[in-house]
Amino acid sequence: MDIQNLSSDAPLVVAADVRKHFGPLEVLKGIDVKVQKGEVLCIIGPSGSGKSTFLRCINQLERIDGGAIWVGGELVGYRREGNNLYELDDVQIARQRRSIGMVFQRFNLFPHLTVTENIIEGPVQVLREKPNEARERAHALLERVGLIDKKDVYPAHLSGGQQQRVAIARALAMRPQLLLFDEPTSALDPELVGDVLNVMRDLARTGMTMIVVTHELGFAREVSHRTAFMDQGQLVEIGDSRSILSSPQQARTREFISAVHK
Amino acid sequence: MTDTVYQVSHLTLVPRRHYGRMIAAVLVIAVLAVIAHAFAVGQIEWSYVGEFLTVPVIMMGLVNTIVMAILAMVVGIVFGVVFAIMRLSENPVLSKTALAYVWFFRAIPALLQLLLWFNLALVFPTIGIPGMFSVNTVDVMTPFVAALLGLGIQQGAFTAEVVRAGLLSVDRGQYEAAQTIGMTRLQMLRRIVMPQAMRVIVPPVGNEFIGMVKLTSLASVIQYAEILHSAQNIYYANSRVIELLIVAAIWYLVVVTILSLIQGRIEKYFSRGVMSSNGVK
Repeated sequence: MDIQNLSSDAPLVVAADVRKHFGPLEVLKGIDVKVQKGEVLCIIGPSGSGKSTFLRCINQLERIDGGAIWVGGELVGYRREGNNLYELDDVQIARQRRSIGMVFQRFNLFPHLTVTENIIEGPVQVLREKPNEARERAHALLERVGLIDKKDVYPAHLSGGQQQRVAIARALAMRPQLLLFDEPTSALDPELVGDVLNVMRDLARTGMTMIVVTHELGFAREVSHRTAFMDQGQLVEIGDSRSILSSPQQARTREFISAVHK
Repeated sequence: MTDTVYQVSHLTLVPRRHYGRMIAAVLVIAVLAVIAHAFAVGQIEWSYVGEFLTVPVIMMGLVNTIVMAILAMVVGIVFGVVFAIMRLSENPVLSKTALAYVWFFRAIPALLQLLLWFNLALVFPTIGIPGMFSVNTVDVMTPFVAALLGLGIQQGAFTAEVVRAGLLSVDRGQYEAAQTIGMTRLQMLRRIVMPQAMRVIVPPVGNEFIGMVKLTSLASVIQYAEILHSAQNIYYANSRVIELLIVAAIWYLVVVTILSLIQGRIEKYFSRGVMSSNGVK
């Protein structure tokens, strides 16, 4: 737990006893998990299990009420001096978020900006890259997600699957060390899911560290190294994706997986 | 036989008769004719209206009206944006301060506020920073300054509510997306939230700007030489009361018409990126 003596092969993400409650409702009851650099971790579980909340805690869209999270060896949301934890201010939190990309269920592209403008917004405004260079990189990313022909249109003119691929490109433009996916295919028409999953599969292959909250058990089995099952604010089971999904040890996991497959 | 029943191409189409429209048109024209006749035979010397429409005093009044409306609105928008952002701040001191500002300046009638500012010297004979400088309030609080402060600050209270509604209309996901690319709160407001809120903010602010053009007429009571005050000054001398009020009315109509056209243009600009297929472009 001491951040001073982290070696280079230390986990990229460490969550230790992470707790969160909304009023009297406990949504995270002490989550412990480590994610290695280059690893893809899928989190599955019924709705209301706290999996999205946990994801949102990692980049401080939610404040945790107990425990701690480290990303890249840096304590999230606090600065430690001796035995004191100092809360970070707005600017410092924004700096920590830069290196953590996030892809949302509802895409959340900026509707008043074109596809290219969406992608270069962060690099230009936050990373202070030159607009021309950022634009070139944005176009390379659009090639990668197969949407270069849509570079100048507004998001409203794209299908859900296309919007989500732009959202992934927007997250990648920040050169993140970690990508978080919050049910990236749940809002998509079934025939559009495949395109988005393909882009994510390619990303996993390039060694991007990813934490994916998903209902796509097929994707979890094929692409992710490990899968975690969450239920009622607890991490019930975590392990190798194939073994978790084909021979879960816990009864709750078994029930969930068979219910999804029905 | 069934085949010929379903043939319609050889039939003659008789358009529907809109009797309601015809009756309404007759009634409206009749009413307008009565009004026009009344004004034509009434005690109005129309030649005076034409004569005074473009005299220098009226033109100066028109310019003063436009200048005051623009400046007071600028003050109102600046105050409105600042206080709306304060109101939604997590800082409880800023939030409550904004709430108090809106409460106070929205509650007191604009005319009363103008009189208060204009008569500020009765409360504070001099103003300034103690030990640094000090001036006589009467010298500073000219009709122009009093009108600008009175109208601008009360406008800010109304605009703050409009801006707040605009900020709240932007989806939470937009705030989160902006945060996840590492934007600070101010960057997020400036680059992501405000541009989207503008679509909601512009129509009512345009409406309030038009209201402001007319509200400047209140400044006539504190001797600010806007168009109504100028018209009054002339009719105090020549007693052509109605004629000069009509002159003022014509100019208000002209200014408001032009503003309405500009408002349409601005609204169109800020709705870019919004699907036109929903019919509310």
